[in-house]
Formats: sequence, C-alpha cells, structure tokens
Amino acid sequence: MAEIDATEPRPATGDEATGSQPPVPASEDGRRPVVVVDDLHVKYRIWASGKAVRSGTKSSLLRSAKRGMRVVHALKGVSFVAYENESIGVIGSNGSGKSTLMRAITGLTPPESGAVYASSRPNMLGVGAALIPDLSGERNIRLGGLAMGIARKDIEAMRDEIVEFAELQDFIDLPMRTYSSGMQARLKFSIATVRDHEILIVDEALAVGDRRFRKRSEDRIRAIRDNAGTVFLVSHSMGSIRDTCSRVIWLNKGELVMDGPTDEVVSAYEESRK
Amino acid sequence: MSLAELAAHSGLHRVGARPRFWSYLKQTWERRDFIVTMAEYRLRASVEGNRLGVLWLVLQPAINAAIYGAIFGMLQQDRGGPDFAQRVVIGVFLFQFFSNSLSKGAKSITGNQSLVQSLAFPRLTLPLAETIQNFLALLPSMALLVVVLPIMGHPPTWSWLLMIPILVLFSLFNAGVAMIAARLTVHVRDLTQLLPYISRILFYTSGVLFDVSRIFKTYPWVVRLFDFHPIYQVLQLARHSLMGIELTSTMYWAWFSIWAVATFVVGLLFFWVAEERYGRD
Repeated sequence: MAEIDATEPRPATGDEATGSQPPVPASEDGRRPVVVVDDLHVKYRIWASGKAVRSGTKSSLLRSAKRGMRVVHALKGVSFVAYENESIGVIGSNGSGKSTLMRAITGLTPPESGAVYASSRPNMLGVGAALIPDLSGERNIRLGGLAMGIARKDIEAMRDEIVEFAELQDFIDLPMRTYSSGMQARLKFSIATVRDHEILIVDEALAVGDRRFRKRSEDRIRAIRDNAGTVFLVSHSMGSIRDTCSRVIWLNKGELVMDGPTDEVVSAYEESRK
Repeated sequence: MSLAELAAHSGLHRVGARPRFWSYLKQTWERRDFIVTMAEYRLRASVEGNRLGVLWLVLQPAINAAIYGAIFGMLQQDRGGPDFAQRVVIGVFLFQFFSNSLSKGAKSITGNQSLVQSLAFPRLTLPLAETIQNFLALLPSMALLVVVLPIMGHPPTWSWLLMIPILVLFSLFNAGVAMIAARLTVHVRDLTQLLPYISRILFYTSGVLFDVSRIFKTYPWVVRLFDFHPIYQVLQLARHSLMGIELTSTMYWAWFSIWAVATFVVGLLFFWVAEERYGRD
C-alpha cells in the first residue's frame, strides 16, 4: 500500500481502498508528503444511446433518439501518498484509469468523491493542446510557455535552450504542421520540461522520438526528479519504468492493485499478463 | 490520522478547488499575456493559410456589407432612409463583432476540450481570448470605415474619437455574452445548434439593415422599446459618432454603459461559479 518503505508490496483489496480509515504511511524518516490521494472516485457521465449493436433489430432514427446517460466509474477509491523526490511509475492495461488518475491529480478532472491534496499544483506534460499547427515553432514556443504560466521575458530567455534540446535549430521558423511527428513531440517535450516542476506528470511522453531523444528525455526526467521534484510517469514501456522509477502503482479497472518498489510491482504485473 | 488530516498536517491544499472570486480575477489578470497572445496567434492562423492572408479580415466584412446593402437597399427602395449604405456598413461591421463573440465564445470551453484537460489555468482566459480575437478581427474593418466614410460624404470629425469608448463598452458587453454562452454550452451542448438562429434573429431585429424610427413610424411604442435594445443602442451610438445621426434619446450612453458593465459582471460571476465543472467529460 502507501507504505513505500514496506519490503513486501501488499495487494490492495477493495476494503482497504475504500475503508473509512485508510492506513497512514509512516514517515519517520522525515520525508515530506507532496501529494495525498484520499479515496478518490471519478465518474464520467456521457450522453449517448449506449446501446450495444444487435443484429436483427431494426435500427431506426426513433430508436437511437432514445438517449440515456451512461456513467463510467473510472476510478473506484484510490488512495496513496507520494513523497518529495520520488518518481512513481503508473502502470496498467488500457482503460485502467491511469490517465484519469493523472488528470485528477492535476485537478483537471473533478473527483466524484474523495480528494487530492498537493503542496503545489501538479503539472502535466501536456502543452501540446495549446499549440497551433499553422504557426511556426518559434511562435509556438512563446504560446506554449505562456500557456504554462511562464512570464514572457522568461520565455525569451529559455527560447534557445528549448530549440537546442528539441534539435530544431534549422526548422524553428517553419509552421509546426510541416514537422514530422517525432519533431513535434520533441518540441512539445522541450517546452513542457524547460521549467522546473515541483510535481510533474509525464503521460506516455517518453514513448515518442527516436532512441537518442528518448535517452535524453529520460535523463531530463531524472534531472527534474533530482531537483527536489516528484515525478509521475505513465507508460506501457516497462523498460522506461524500470530505468526511471523507484516506486510503481499498478491500476486495474479503476482500482489500485499494487503499490511498492519498482522491481516487485513490475514483475507481478508482467506475471499477470502472461 | 486519516489521509485528509495528514494532508492538512503537511500543509497541502486540495487540488482543483475553485479560488475565491478576487483571487480568480487576479490569476486571470496574471495570464493577460497568454490571453492576448492566444487571441493574436489564433487570428493569424485562421487567415495566414489563405493566399490573401490578413486582407480577408477586410474583404470578408466588406463583401458581407455589400451583399446585405444591395439586397435590402433594393427591397426597401427609398424607405431605407438617408445614408442607407453608410448605416448598413457600420451596422454589419459592428454586429459581426457581437455575433462572433456569441457563437465562438459559446464554443470556447467545449471546443478547447483537450487544452482544458491538459493544462491548468483560469478557464476565464478562454472566452476572454475569444472576445479579444474578435476585437482584433474588427480593427481592419474599422480602418476600412475610416477610408470609406469620407468617400461617402462623411469627412472625419472629432466625434469619431467617441468610437474608442464605444468599442471599449461593446467589448465588455461581448465578453460578458461570451462568458455566459460558454458556460451554458458546457451544460447544454445543443445550444451550439440553436445559436446561429438566435444570432440571425438578433441580426434582423437590431436595426442593422432597417431604419427603426422610419419603419415603425406608426408604432411609436416600438421605437421606444428599441431605446432599451443594447445592440441597437451601440449601433446608433456608432452611427451618431461617425455620421452624426440624431439619437432618439440622450440616454443612450447611460443605457449602454449599464448594459455593458452589467453583462460583463454577471458574465464573470456566472462563469466563475462553474469553474470546477469545466474539466469534466
């Protein structure tokens, strides 16, 4: 569970996860908690007909006009505590609630019940949505930086560093839509990581770019972590997780299955998928 | 010690909690560079792909005004009143600022879903950026007015400077409309289907193409009613300052100032109340 010093990772049962008295981690070693996730539930409400396609039934406009609300219970009572200087991998199959958990931690998806507490607002490596493909890389650096809340003059100072890290010196004045997907990913990663984040969430961002860039971005994630930051890394690549994370949280169908040292959780996860 | 107590004990704050109104406004103000840059860049991106680029910001409203002017000029014949063309040009240009703020402002949250779900910032920046983008798009057509009006027989006068306070008030009004429409659309998506009709109805009932006092000469109470119509007020104020037309009531400045400030403040409050709601679904 949340006792990350525990040598034996224990599977979290539903009782424990939703219990009124969640176990509280001992922090005798004086480490400061930076993120506390307390019995977090997230539900999505989707307006849709939600009817399974059945063969033989007439599908008429009238039938599909009968719309209902589908409720997807994406997180079912997840609790854990993250400490400063930790880098935590989040694993699980598709649709297990990893991205929802990350969005809830950043406060972007409101919880149904429970709460997330943090020392400062966690940031997601998600500057991509603020960028405009028709504009040059140069302008997108400025726009992305402003979207992340960096002051204009600081962005000008960081500009060269961003371009250099993204290795786009020759193309920075071209519209971003002309970049290859790898180049775009490099630019987004460079903008998003240019600033020191106290709490940073990386959602699959390392899976992009060529091998060399992946290596450099992993180094950068490690550097952020060493700068007294806490990093959450969502990935399907167990290689990245093993290289970067000291602790792993395993989610399945919105529930926390296991929380503990990387080796043990990843081994158990890989075992379960055989 | 429960987790919530641990969090409180360690000085952690609940993430995503809606800030108090004043600190919300302050946070939005701190994002002013982002708002203006986003408005400017999105406007650029919307026209730069075209061969004629920024020129379209002048051409598009000009063509609009020419078509409406020609059709309704022919239909109304002499009932259009004196200076019909000038009235229509001013009316069409300014109404477009309102209708764009309404229709695009309504989509400022729902149309930016991925942005809303990936970065944390006061969501108020989105409808405000949309309004500023529409304001910037209006400026080239205002420049066109400065060229065209003297040709049409209205040389520049000092009263043209009144356009500055008029546009400031109009921007406040439109920003309020955009904020209200943005939140309503989050609750009821269907509104985006309805808005084009609302916008069109307002277009025909705001005195853009008609001389209200002439058409409703036999119904003075209708003319009186139009004195309280905010869009009619701003169009008349603009025509007053640019063409020197008579205002039927001297209270137009006061009325429209009240409309603008009230809509803006109500919009701010209405939008702020649902701040935590915007990331959902």
